[in-house]
Order: sequence, then C-alpha cells, then structure tokens
Amino acid sequence: MSQFLQVLLSGLATGSIYALAAIGFALVWQAAQTVNFAQGEFVMVPAFFVLIGMGFFGMPFWLALAFGLALSMLVLGYAFKKLIVEPILPHGGITLIIATMALAILLKETVKESYSAEAQPFPALFSNAPMNFFGAAVSIQDILNLIVSLSIVVVLTLFLNRTRTGRSMQAAAQNPAVAEILGVNVKRMVLYTFLINAALASLAAFLITPVYLAKFSNGETIGLIAFIAAIVGGFNQIRGALVGGLLIGVLDNLTATYVTAQYRAALPLVLLIMIILVRPQGIMGTSEGRSV
Amino acid sequence: MKKSLAAITAVLLAAGSAYAQDTVKLGMVAELSGAGAPAGTNWRDGVKIAVEEINAAGGILKKKVEVTDYDTQTDPQVSRAMVQKAIDAGAFAILGTVYSGSTLVNMLVAQQNSTPQFVGSEAPTVVQKGNPFVYRTSSGAQKGIPALTPYFKDTLKAKKVGVAWVNNEFGKGGRNVFVEEMKKAGIEVIADVASEQAQTDYASDVAKLKQANPEAVFVYMNQEESARFLIEAKKQALPMPLIGEVTLTEAKVIELAGGAAEGAIAHVGVTATATDVPGIGAFAKKFEETFKRKPTHDAIKGYVGAWATKYVADMVGKLDGEAFSKKILGLCLKAADHPKILLDTCWDKTGEMSRPSFMVQVKNGAPVVIGTVPAN
Amino acid sequence: MMAGKWRWLLVALLLAAAVAAPLGQKSYIVYVLTSWLVFAIAAMGLNLTLGYAGQISLAQASFMAIGAYVTALLTLAGWHWLIATPLALLACFVVGLLLGYPALRVKGHFLAFVTLAFNTLVFLVLRNEEWLTGGSYGLSGMPRPDLGLFTTMRPLPFYYFTLAVTVIAALAMWGIVRSPWGRAFRALRENPIRAESLGLDTRRITLLAFAIGSAYGGLAGALVTSLVQFIEPASFGVGHSLRILLMVVVGGAGSFFGPFLGSGVVILLPEVLRFTEGYYLIIYAVLVIVMLIYAPEGLIGIGARLKMKFFSRSQVRADMSQGASLK
Repeated sequence: MSQFLQVLLSGLATGSIYALAAIGFALVWQAAQTVNFAQGEFVMVPAFFVLIGMGFFGMPFWLALAFGLALSMLVLGYAFKKLIVEPILPHGGITLIIATMALAILLKETVKESYSAEAQPFPALFSNAPMNFFGAAVSIQDILNLIVSLSIVVVLTLFLNRTRTGRSMQAAAQNPAVAEILGVNVKRMVLYTFLINAALASLAAFLITPVYLAKFSNGETIGLIAFIAAIVGGFNQIRGALVGGLLIGVLDNLTATYVTAQYRAALPLVLLIMIILVRPQGIMGTSEGRSV
Repeated sequence: MKKSLAAITAVLLAAGSAYAQDTVKLGMVAELSGAGAPAGTNWRDGVKIAVEEINAAGGILKKKVEVTDYDTQTDPQVSRAMVQKAIDAGAFAILGTVYSGSTLVNMLVAQQNSTPQFVGSEAPTVVQKGNPFVYRTSSGAQKGIPALTPYFKDTLKAKKVGVAWVNNEFGKGGRNVFVEEMKKAGIEVIADVASEQAQTDYASDVAKLKQANPEAVFVYMNQEESARFLIEAKKQALPMPLIGEVTLTEAKVIELAGGAAEGAIAHVGVTATATDVPGIGAFAKKFEETFKRKPTHDAIKGYVGAWATKYVADMVGKLDGEAFSKKILGLCLKAADHPKILLDTCWDKTGEMSRPSFMVQVKNGAPVVIGTVPAN
Repeated sequence: MMAGKWRWLLVALLLAAAVAAPLGQKSYIVYVLTSWLVFAIAAMGLNLTLGYAGQISLAQASFMAIGAYVTALLTLAGWHWLIATPLALLACFVVGLLLGYPALRVKGHFLAFVTLAFNTLVFLVLRNEEWLTGGSYGLSGMPRPDLGLFTTMRPLPFYYFTLAVTVIAALAMWGIVRSPWGRAFRALRENPIRAESLGLDTRRITLLAFAIGSAYGGLAGALVTSLVQFIEPASFGVGHSLRILLMVVVGGAGSFFGPFLGSGVVILLPEVLRFTEGYYLIIYAVLVIVMLIYAPEGLIGIGARLKMKFFSRSQVRADMSQGASLK
C-alpha cells in the first residue's frame, strides 16, 4: 500500500510540472496558431539562465531566479514572437512548426557549446527532505509543485475569464478579425500569451531541475511529455493540460511499478494515439472552436 | 604559367609526402557532439595530453605524432564514416569510440583495413566478434562486474540482491553479466529494475526496490541517471548499500547528486582518485591544470589508449597493423617499465584488458579507495 | 517555360556527374556519396507527404527502421535482397496506412504528433524485443546483394547499385507526381478548398501519399542495411526523422529535385563547416530559420528566383514558383 501511495504521490508531483509546460504549449497553440516543437527546450533553457546568473554574475539564488525568469520572458517570449513567429507565420503553420524544430536544435546546441555538454546540479527552491506520509516519502518540494500548478490553473482561468485583458486575449484567440474591429489590440494580446508561456516554462524549469538536473538534452523528454499531456488532456482548456500532465505523471509511475518497466515510455505514446483516434478534442476538451 | 603551376604542385606534393614520412597519424574518433559528448570530449582530452607527452618524449618510432579529431555526433553510422575517413587520411591507429553502439559499427571498418583501434567501450560484445584489431582501454563489463562478485558474496554475505539498470546497450550489457554472475555465486536476484535513459521520475524504480528489500542493490546507469537515482533513493531512504561499477562514484555523479551519493560503493577499473598510484596522480594534476576540470574515467581511458599505441608500436619497430595486432594480443605491460600505462596491464587474445582495480566508497563527498582487487 | 529538352539534358548531365563522382575517390567519399543517395530516397518519400500532401511526418526514420529490420531479418534468413526489399516496402506501406488513418481524420497538425509518438514506439519495440531484433546490440553481418555477375561487396559497386535503385525510385516518383492522381495532389496543395469542391477525397489521397512516402523510407532503410551491415535502434531515433524533414525543407518541399539538393546539403554541411568545430549545428539551425523567414520555398526556390531575376525571359513553371512553398 505504501508503495502504491508513493508512486501515486510522486507521479502527481512530477505530473504537475509537466502540466505547467503543457499549459503554456496549449496557450500559444490556441492563441497564436503556434505549435511550438521547442517547448521542451523552453523548459531546459531557463535553468541555464539561472546558472549563468549565479556563476557569471555572482547573483544570489533568489536574484538569479528573477533574472532567469526575466531573461526567459525576454528571449523565449518576446524575441521568439518577434523574430521567429511574426515573420514566419504568414508562410503557414507548417513552416512555423519546422522553424520551431530548428529552434529546438539551436537552443540545445547553443547551451551545449556555450555552457556545458555535461549535466549540472541545480539548487532546490524548496527542501527535498522527505516527510513520512502514511509510509510514503513526500517532500515539501512535491507538495509545493502540486500547489503551485493548481494555483496557476486557478489564477490563469480567473485572469482569462474575469479580467478585461483576459477576455480580450480570449477574443483575440477566437476571432482576431472581429476582436480587432471591437477595438482589441490583438498583437498585444498575442504577445501576452507568449510572455505567459515563457513564464510558465521558467517556472516548470525551476521546479523540475533540482531533481532532473540541468542538461542541454532535457527538452527532448520534457517536450514530448508536454505535447502529449496537452493533447491528451484537451488543449483548448487550461484544466485539460493540467489533467493531462497529472495523468501522465501518475500513469508512467504506475505502469513502471505494476506492469512493465521496459515499455513504460510507450504508455503515454499509446495513450496519445488512442485519444486522437477516439476523442481528438482530449479528455477535458470541448469539441467546438478554440477558446483559450 | 602552366609550368610554374606544375612546379608548385610538384613541390607541394613532395613536401606533403616528406611530411607524411616524418609523422605518425592517429585518428581520434569520438562522440564530440550529441548525447555522448561528455564521454567523448573527456576521451579526446585524455588523448591530447598523452600525445603532447609522447611528442615531448620523442614521438612514436622517433616520428612526431599528429592526431586528428573526428566527431561521430554520437551516431553509429557517422562514426563508421569517420573511421573510414581517418583511415583514408592515413591514420596508423584509431583512438575511439567510447559508445559501444558506435564501436560495434565502426570496428568493422578498422578491421577491414587492418588498422589497430583502441576503444573506450565496455560492452562485452566488442571483443567477442573475433576482431584482432580492436583493443580495450578498460576492462569490459564481463570483466569488471565479476570483480564485484567477491564483494557481494564475501564482504556483504548477501543472499538476495537487486539490480537497477538503464535500458540501453551499456546498461543492458552490464545487467546481463551481473545476473549471470549472481547465479554462479548462488545469490538470488529478487528485483530487476530497468529505467529509461533521460527518465524524469525514479520514484517507481526506488519504490520497487524498497518493496523487494534486497540486501544490496547493484546500480548500473550513466552519469545523470545514476545521480537522479541516488537523489530519489535518499528521499525514499532506501536502506541497503548501493553498489556500482565505475560510474556510480565518479566525481561528476557526486557533484550532481549532492549529499545523496554519500556511502555509495563502486568497483572502478582505474580511477583518478587513486592518486597514490604515481602515474594517475600526475595525470590527474596535469589534466586539471590544462582543462580546469577533473578528469573522468573516460579521460584516463583515452590517455592509456594513446600511450599503449606508442608502447606497442615502438616494440614492433615499424608501422604495421598486422604486426601490431600480433604483438598486443596476449601482451602484458608492467607499469614499472612503461609508467604511462599507469597500472600493470594485460590484453588477452581477444583484445580484452585486465589490470588491478579498486573498490571505492563516497565518504564526505569524495570517493575514497577502500580496497584493491587483483587483475582477473 | 524550361523547355523539356533542356530539362532532360540537365538530368542527363546530373546523372553523368553521379556516375563519375566516386571514380578515383577514397572509400570515405564513396561512403558519403552512397549515404547521400540513401537519404535522398528517404527525403523523396517524405517530400510526397510534406511537399505535396502538406502534412508533417516525424516518423521517416522509423520507416527506415522497419525497412532496414525487415530486410535484415529476411536476408539473414537467406532470402535475396531483391525479394526481401519489396516485402519491406509493403510492410512500411501498410504500417503507414494504419498510422496515418487516425491522425488524418482530424484537422490540424496531429500527424506530426502521432508520427513523433510512433517513432519513439518503434524504437522501444526494436530495443525491447530482443528475440527478434537483437535489442540494443542490433543486427549485424547482413550480406550485400549479389546480382550474379555484379557483386556489391566493395564500396564502388555498391554505390552504383544504390545509384541504380535511386534512379528507379526517382522515375517511379516522377510517374506518381505526373499521374492524374499526382495532379490531384497539386490541386490539393494549391487550393485545398477548391480541390475538395471538385470532388477530390483529400483525406484519402493524403493518406495514400503518406503511405507511399513511408514505403520510400523503407527503401532507404533496406539500403542502409546493406550499406552499413549493422543496424541498431538508436540509428533510427526521432532526431534522424527531424534531420530528414529538414533535408526536404532545405532543398525545397514540393519540388522534385529538392530532396536531392537538401540531403546533399545536410550530409555535406558538416564537412564544409568542419572549421567551426562544435558550432556547425548552431550555424545550420540559424541558416534554416533565416531561410524559413526569407525563402520558405527552399534552395530550389531560391534558385528559381535568381533565375527569374537574371533570365527574366524564361519563365519558371507556374506551379514551381507558387507551389513549392509550404502551405
């Protein structure tokens, strides 16, 4: 029983980090028609920004985190939109997808060549010291991972539904032309989406890297899981991405524990194909048009 | 005009061939980019230091050694092309590759060209294909892991053990040898836990081991995977000793795992921490001065590979791959006569290597030698 | 309009160059040229999916894997390469149909995700089913095809064998693209809504394009089996699929000769950028992004544009100037 509880809780904690990456991915897909295949790298890079802040500029950890967040929003949010998405989107969605794939290579290789090819330790935000929870080891980090991602879903949903800016963002995503006529600054709303995505990716990076370690190739694994979480959960709902992330975190652990370790990586993939086959809008998704 | 061009060409050609006669070319083929870059770059830097030293000591057969780097991008097919390229460029010997998956592909090319090849790979199959031109620079898994058996059997007196391994060609090879060894020693393997490369969450792996509760666990994974596993093992307070082969107690793993590596034990073929061996201490110091980081196991392997090329070629007395092969298979080099080989080293008829090795344990954040294991 | 006569002359010249290229070269160059052709075949297949049907597939490497393993297992069992390979192609075609069906039912870029997942699944199966595939250690010792009088054991004969296969594959592709069915593709690419209104079942032809493209991947895999004579799962990872995808894009998606150009660039670029050491992939990635911004129609498109500029009299085919861009 304690084994079951252990893998369940650990799966939820890890899954909540996947969810953060998945939410951002779903947001830019919906609001800016940008299927970002570099999303995994967007979670890898901020950790290195923090390490640069501490290593090269001698910042204390908390300041380096702020520095990493700001730099990520600038580079992975603003610059990504201005330099890559804006000029390429008119050429079509497929061209943009391929450009994000090239961007993934670029980010990976740049980190590897300019920082290190080897994994780097990363300081923990919260204590990893375990507490005994009915026989399962749970750390403050695990609990906070879960709390942080749940609150983000709540805050983001409130923001999008209850604030003027949020509703403008939704309108811009659903029908840019009409939104424009109604006086919404569509370009700015889309930019907000990219900034939010970069912030979510940074947060995911800060939470996962203490355990997963900082390495240039991390994005390959995280990216794939983020796509799958977003699609399985239903990418036109924020809570869909959350459900997808948690589901994959838990199912991965349960499969490895009780079914097969050799094929544990196959489960999310099979799940993805099944979902696309029987319920393409995802578990939580609604079948009507886009909504942020 | 035409004439002068021809003359220049002739001069250049003559210069080229004269140059070629004065040097011995070595092809350093390794994983300089891609997933294997940490291993490959260390291997390269170990080779670099060795070649500098060899040239300072008069080169191979009194000729200057010239080493060219070839990047396999950690891609077996590219590695095959690169070995071919190095041989086309006139390399007398190939140094590399480290990843077994690559070595198994590219060693065919070196064999076809009768070119000696020192590899950093530890998969058992590398020396089991009857290729007389491939030589190890460290003991293969089927040598290294059996050296651990006495530790499980006599020191720990274990009856039931577990194994946690990374599911790639490296981990699978080690896991198979371990399971076989335990069977021979009459020890039961009650938990057999495979994990993925670049896996994010080790909770289920550790939970399974905890549930099975063996007396000791053999951990056979790459660097980051070892560190992630150790972090999770500490979190879940896995009570039994964790024992590895080579990787588990490497400096990089200790750095990555933080306090979680404390107490981990490993058998290591040759370790930069065995600084009381004079050659190793000197190498570690020089490496750190040159590259501003600590050498890894792979760096020492590259170093030994380059020096072994020199020692054996000098013994043969000419640059001849066939003669080189005849000489090295079954050869033993004593560290007393050939100090840069670092430890007394023998190659058997398959190219497998054996030499004394060490048991180390992580204490206060650093690996400490807790015993030596004779060559097997 | 590029006169048909001139086009054929150009093709003949290129062929002559391909025949002459490896003469007097060392084994390494011959090996590189051979892998160029192999990847050109894989890219040609993906071009059908991406350039003509407008769908991203990230599974071309896994179709190469299926082709390579089927061919390897059959040839190791004593079958002739010429019998094993068609079976491998058939396997890829059928798997392509089964995989494409669910993904192409849904609008959007789902094929990209399904194929990405599929590529990883294939890797897992190849690694785990050791009894069949040799697991992580792969399969080795596959014989190269023996054609009676012409044996392909040496690098040079194998190159010519690969060249012959490439020419056949290219002619078949030419036939596909020129057939009424192929014209339906171009109609689809240029104006999907109009194509649909004309009664074309876009989903079915897209699915067929994907399956045929997958079979081309299988053919490339069958050649890899003989070229490398050693195959293992890691050689067919997602990274390789991405590499082939970029070949198609760099060359010019939707243009007939684009894949040859693109695979050549990707295979030879590491050589050209050798002086940059580890940075060549960074440079490559930047170049690809810049190209996608300014010339999404690829190198062939850039060439066509330059030609327009300098020889404004000779018009480029209308479908080349238009359709080569990714929609």
